Amino acid sequence: MRGFEGAIDADLHPMVPGLDALRPHLEPFWADSIDQRGLEGFESQSYPPTAPRTVRADWRPQGRFPGLAEMQAWLDQTGAAIGILNPIYGVQLIFNPDMNRAFTAGLNNWVRAEWLERDTRLRASIVLPNETEHAVAEIERLAPDRRFVQAMRLVMGEIPHGRRTHWPIYAALEKHGLPLCLHAGSAYRHPVTSLGWVSWYMEDVAAQQQAFQSAVASLITEGVFVQFPGLRVVLAESGVSWLPAFLWRMSKGWKGVRFEIPWQAEPPAETVRRHIRLTAQPFDAPDEAAAQLLGHLGSQELMLWASDFPHWNYDGLPSLPPGVDREKFLRGNAAALYHRLERVPA
Amino acid sequence: MKHVVAEVAAIPAGARHVTEAGGKRIVIYNLGGEFFALADRCPHQGASLSAGQIMGHVCSTAPGQYDYARRGEVVRCPWHAWEFDIRTGKSFFDPRRVKTRAYDAHVECGELLAAESFSVAVENSYVVVEV
Amino acid sequence: MNMMLANAKPASATLGLCDVDIHPRAQSRHAFDPWLSAEMRHRMHTYGLRPRHGYVRGTPFPKSQPLASRRDAWTPQGGSPASDLAFFREQHLDHYGIDVGLLNPLQPSGQGDTNDGFSAAMAHAVNEWQLAEWVVPEPRLRASIVVPYEDPEASAREIRKRAGNPRFSQVLLMSRTSMPLGNPRYWPIYEAAQEAGLPVGIHAFGYSGWAMTNGGWPSFYIEEVSEHATSCQSLLISMVVEGVFERFPRLKIVLIECGMAWLPSVAWRLDKIYPSLRCEVPHLKRKPSEYIRDHVWVSTQPIEEPERPEHLRDTMEWIGWDKILYASDYPHWDFDDPRLSIPNWLPAETRAAIYGGNARAVYGW
Repeated sequence: MRGFEGAIDADLHPMVPGLDALRPHLEPFWADSIDQRGLEGFESQSYPPTAPRTVRADWRPQGRFPGLAEMQAWLDQTGAAIGILNPIYGVQLIFNPDMNRAFTAGLNNWVRAEWLERDTRLRASIVLPNETEHAVAEIERLAPDRRFVQAMRLVMGEIPHGRRTHWPIYAALEKHGLPLCLHAGSAYRHPVTSLGWVSWYMEDVAAQQQAFQSAVASLITEGVFVQFPGLRVVLAESGVSWLPAFLWRMSKGWKGVRFEIPWQAEPPAETVRRHIRLTAQPFDAPDEAAAQLLGHLGSQELMLWASDFPHWNYDGLPSLPPGVDREKFLRGNAAALYHRLERVPA
Repeated sequence: MKHVVAEVAAIPAGARHVTEAGGKRIVIYNLGGEFFALADRCPHQGASLSAGQIMGHVCSTAPGQYDYARRGEVVRCPWHAWEFDIRTGKSFFDPRRVKTRAYDAHVECGELLAAESFSVAVENSYVVVEV
Repeated sequence: MNMMLANAKPASATLGLCDVDIHPRAQSRHAFDPWLSAEMRHRMHTYGLRPRHGYVRGTPFPKSQPLASRRDAWTPQGGSPASDLAFFREQHLDHYGIDVGLLNPLQPSGQGDTNDGFSAAMAHAVNEWQLAEWVVPEPRLRASIVVPYEDPEASAREIRKRAGNPRFSQVLLMSRTSMPLGNPRYWPIYEAAQEAGLPVGIHAFGYSGWAMTNGGWPSFYIEEVSEHATSCQSLLISMVVEGVFERFPRLKIVLIECGMAWLPSVAWRLDKIYPSLRCEVPHLKRKPSEYIRDHVWVSTQPIEEPERPEHLRDTMEWIGWDKILYASDYPHWDFDDPRLSIPNWLPAETRAAIYGGNARAVYGW
């Protein structure tokens, strides 16, 4: 069944099998560091490698991570025309800014060589190093390759995403017409709650929902979209259903506390609807509430379909939330967002 | 209908004065000698605007910039702090749809008012509201 | 003083208006002296409160109004909002015809203080102060048992000391604790509360010592206000996933001033991820949303105000009409007037439940 024929899949994950895979794509000093220092790898607590959610069982051939062949088979199965890769490998965990930059660049190089080069359906996010000037340099290095269609950071970093220290990154992204993708996951500079460290991985998974609210609050209150009116932000794997209540609260507060952030001259909900998109996998609402929730979102243009391969959110093929505009959801919203998708031949 | 609110001298510049006129509670502000009258009722949950603080209006074209002007011309509802333009009664966050009623207020001399049968002292000037 | 209609009690409060969130304030820090030892008085007046932040006065994110209060709640004598019983009666209890009001003392309560001994001493003193200055002279009021929650055993002792006194209607915790509130460290509190048959009210605020978001420190007060919702979400997730409701099946939690419209999305997310995580949490025997449904109530304030009112109705329906309790948050600036904040397009019996019926059922009034 090819129920998603022609769709744009906005979130798939090329799984790094281990540091050895990155070795040929690293600068020699850093490649040699792996053995010199006994680096074990940068798998992240956000996605423990053997946890069932990290890779669905039927996508985990002989217990190893799925590779290109498995992803290609999946794209064949869904019929998606384009798949956007968000490489999740915990390079953001690295404290040494230069090591972080090097391994992030290596990750991006690996994605380009081993994935983008081998299947013309694939596009990718530029994974951004942590330091602002490194991130700007990485954008400038990779932006000329139009198969990179956005830049990606983890939603939980060290400094909230709206803060001015990040702004040279947003200037570069706006200049190149690249959206910023904030993807679920943490660099663990802070615990995954404002109340400290959690006992259960289930809490960590749940905590993504809070992280996206904080990220949007920061982007809005700091005036990122006032400063960079051309910037768009994609929230990947957020769950979606938190958004209406969050907007109600923020818009209500803004009416009385506007004077604290006077650059925010319109209700926050309007800014969000113009500048922010959300991938719709996972979609945290039961079918019976989905239609009303879509009404609460107030727009058919907010969501981007994504399979989130190979994370385990569903069995079989993903289903569409009841009531979505199929064309916009599967293709149109992503096509409108990712300008680079127009130019690269299919 | 015209109502005599108070002697001009009773409402100095920067002060506010609450009165009842035509069955409505109204707050009068003196902005540099000009008088403005608003319904003393926030359109949100009904708080008395007269209990709210006065400040200027801050706007901005860029984060980090605070363009502060019109000091003394904005009243913030004492509850949820919605900002209203004293000159017009309009909220700043949605001037088209969210406002409190503004009434015409101006100064008239006692002589003219006495001629209209208001009991006033002819040598004084009075703040007058049309309700 | 407000211009208000003489009778400000909402028509649908047929069972009597109950207000589950009132913040009494001591005019001076010496108010607690009668119930503090000499050593603790010395500490209070020499070093003061020492929460998990650096400010001696005020709060890390300065409010948008002084003392975060309504401008008209300062007393005629110029005293702090909610510091004078007579004015409080006039402006709030009598004005709205409130039958039962629940006190939730905020700072200075010593809750969350970095010094456990001081926090325990203050809890005792604040509880005595609530009785002496508010609840005994005013029979419409009920007190909350303030506890030094970062010392759970001391908290359990304070709860047991007060248990059985009908003037105390709940145990009071703050939302931002140094670990998420579901952590087994805090279970002695729930054990004592359940044993005493008392709900645990968890009110937004407190200072956990961690950054106020899981991605760093916010810059603005308006951001912090947004963060109260996410912090409450985190603590609720913790309580569910740690199995608090499995371990304490009679425990009732009231989330106060945390907002409510987010509650369905948390329940849905937990239900969605639970099947793929069951192997990690075998101690959970039911769907997460079922625990929430059976154990958690929410107060209305600050009530969400969507552009389309039917969206609020959807949300309240998902939460459950019997789970929602009217709260004013007097004397704070984001106070909800009972006449106007609960939508009048709700059926009368639903409004009556929100205005008082649900609170009476939870608190046994």
